[in-house]
Amino acid sequence: MANRRNFLKGAAAGAAALVAKTPLAKAQQQQAQNRGAALPSATALAAETGPVATSVEAMTADHPGSDFMVDILKALGFEYIAANPGSSFRSLHESIINYGGNKAPELITCCHEESSVHMSDGYAKVEGKPMAVMAHSTVGCQHASMAIYNAFAGRVPVFVILGNTIDANARRPGVEWLHSAQDATAMVREFTKWDDLPISLTHFAESSIRAYKIAMTPPMAPVVIVADSELQEAPIADRAKLRIPKLTLASPPAGESGAVAEVAKLLVAAENPVILADRAVRSEAGMKLLVELAETLQAPVLSGKFPSRHPLSIAGGRGLIRNADVILGMEVPDFWGTVNNVRDQQEKSVQPLTKRGAKLISISANDLFIKSNYQDFERYTEVDIALAADPETTLPSLIEACKRLITPDRKRALEDRGKKLAAAHEQALEQARTAATYAWDATPISTARMAAELWEVIRDKDWALAGGAGASRLWNIDKHYRTISGAGAAGVGYSAPASVGAALAHRKHGRLVVSIQNDGDLMYAPGVLWTAAHHRIPLMSVMHNNRAYHQEVMHVQRMANRHQRGITNAGIGTTITDPNIDYATVARGLGIHGEGPITDPKDLGPALRRGIEIVQRGEPVLIDVVTQPR
Amino acid sequence: MRFVILVMMASVLSAQTPSGNAQNGKKLFESIGCWQCHGHEGQGGAGARIAPRPIAFAAFQKYVRQPADQMPPYTAKVVSDQDLADIYAFLQSIPQPPAAKSVPILNR
Repeated sequence: MANRRNFLKGAAAGAAALVAKTPLAKAQQQQAQNRGAALPSATALAAETGPVATSVEAMTADHPGSDFMVDILKALGFEYIAANPGSSFRSLHESIINYGGNKAPELITCCHEESSVHMSDGYAKVEGKPMAVMAHSTVGCQHASMAIYNAFAGRVPVFVILGNTIDANARRPGVEWLHSAQDATAMVREFTKWDDLPISLTHFAESSIRAYKIAMTPPMAPVVIVADSELQEAPIADRAKLRIPKLTLASPPAGESGAVAEVAKLLVAAENPVILADRAVRSEAGMKLLVELAETLQAPVLSGKFPSRHPLSIAGGRGLIRNADVILGMEVPDFWGTVNNVRDQQEKSVQPLTKRGAKLISISANDLFIKSNYQDFERYTEVDIALAADPETTLPSLIEACKRLITPDRKRALEDRGKKLAAAHEQALEQARTAATYAWDATPISTARMAAELWEVIRDKDWALAGGAGASRLWNIDKHYRTISGAGAAGVGYSAPASVGAALAHRKHGRLVVSIQNDGDLMYAPGVLWTAAHHRIPLMSVMHNNRAYHQEVMHVQRMANRHQRGITNAGIGTTITDPNIDYATVARGLGIHGEGPITDPKDLGPALRRGIEIVQRGEPVLIDVVTQPR
Repeated sequence: MRFVILVMMASVLSAQTPSGNAQNGKKLFESIGCWQCHGHEGQGGAGARIAPRPIAFAAFQKYVRQPADQMPPYTAKVVSDQDLADIYAFLQSIPQPPAAKSVPILNR
């Protein structure tokens, strides 16, 4: 490792001469004269400004190693790098803003490392590629760890750089020891896809390119690279000798042709097939492919990434699963839980939802990569065909295989099924409209009313819902980027920063971005609202303020019922009242427009319209809506 | 004849549905946590819609005591039959919502 400490010998020079010569001394002299105050003694000035008599390190460098690290970040095409500032990556920080011109990547100031990583998660879900994150190896990584786990379980590519000082001899006393670890990435290794501790700049370049490639190969996941502080701060010996390897992303794995043919055979012959496509789609092209498969088979699809107003889009779907003879699950994180019914009652019970003889097919890249400690892989699912493959990459060959098998007679039968499904789709929409009318004028405001009022103000725009509670069944979700999925590991505190990260990604596309923001989630790290204000990230956060960690209210209620006692006490420890949080004031304090609390549904539409005007000016805004629980 | 049948049906129904105090039912609905899943007006949410027009009292009572799906059971030890009757009266008192077609923003 390069040594940044080049000791100067015989550095002590005449203090008196220095007093007269240094710009600081001159300035102080002039300042003192201006004030008419007595000049400090030559000794005092020397103590402040002169070199000490002992060995001193030359700490200046025209181009530190961190400049080269910035070259790497630029080569990887990072638009942004999120960080809460930290001394262990101070040189990289400085190189980004000065050497790199604070452009590509631009430094995004975060108030918490969890926000940095969750922002990166939200960004990746929109942009399809990671943004970078910097954090301390110890305290920063500890803050970031839950968000890294969310990204891991959600199969989201995140690129984390941890500042660290591996050489004990190089550490400053005190804090730098506290912020160093001998194996900095150990803490998150169980839930990252790859990590490394490069010990030279060449090593850093190679590992960074490798890490990016690994993160972007399905199943995508976070990667971590340690940027040693010595490596960052030492001068580059010879830039000409350093090179950045070419990045070539791996072609995602497609399903083996024989297995694809078997799947197609089952699907085409099925009387009642169902397609589950949770994380199968990650791009607009993927969404179109999913539509093509569904239309080819005239099969219903349960997926948040399938056009919601397509006749084959089906919400809920338990009835369909019960009736299905073939179920195709593509990147379904909990396939077992989807095809079984678990009752968490006085007595727990498990019943298959599927009928006897139903065939289950899985296409998932998760079969290619699994770790043992964290149990995000869910319960083992007994399937009939399993393709260890990326669904989006497999879809073209599967569609072609299905088309080849469809005879004119079969096509007519499929079309008849499609007509029935289209009628069921229309009926479900009507039912959803009717369901939305219940508690229409209630206070607190119903979630259906809130969703309908929000849809009314965004439906004519190029909108995106950047997280929080899901979009209403009544919204027209017609593009891949309209929605993003929730926290991969259900770690609360995700939605607020992920929606800011997603909004950051949407900004250059000029989209109108809104989020339905849960109150408990926001309170984990509300400082991200300041980040949105500081970086002028347009986002309208509409609070789903039910004044509780509501899921936990229900869990405690369940326990009280099960134990047959204290059923009126479920609010203790689960509600966010007394005092009620005034989110509009919180927002204003963090520098963004805030309005509310809104309790009368009649006030909601006008408030949302005012909010949209602000967002369209390029600023963030928060509307606090006091809502029904769900 | 038709009038006689209607009167008989009404008397059977009233015999099956104990009289309840809607005001107290509303308080109970909040305090024992029904609203958590069913919403403050029984409109549904995490749980099913249960108002207006709740199911018949006998079925309602049976379901509360021995739910078929994910709802936690409320035994007689924690909620009396009279409490259930009051809650039922509250659910019956909730007015009908507007028709979906009459709400323009639900039809975009």
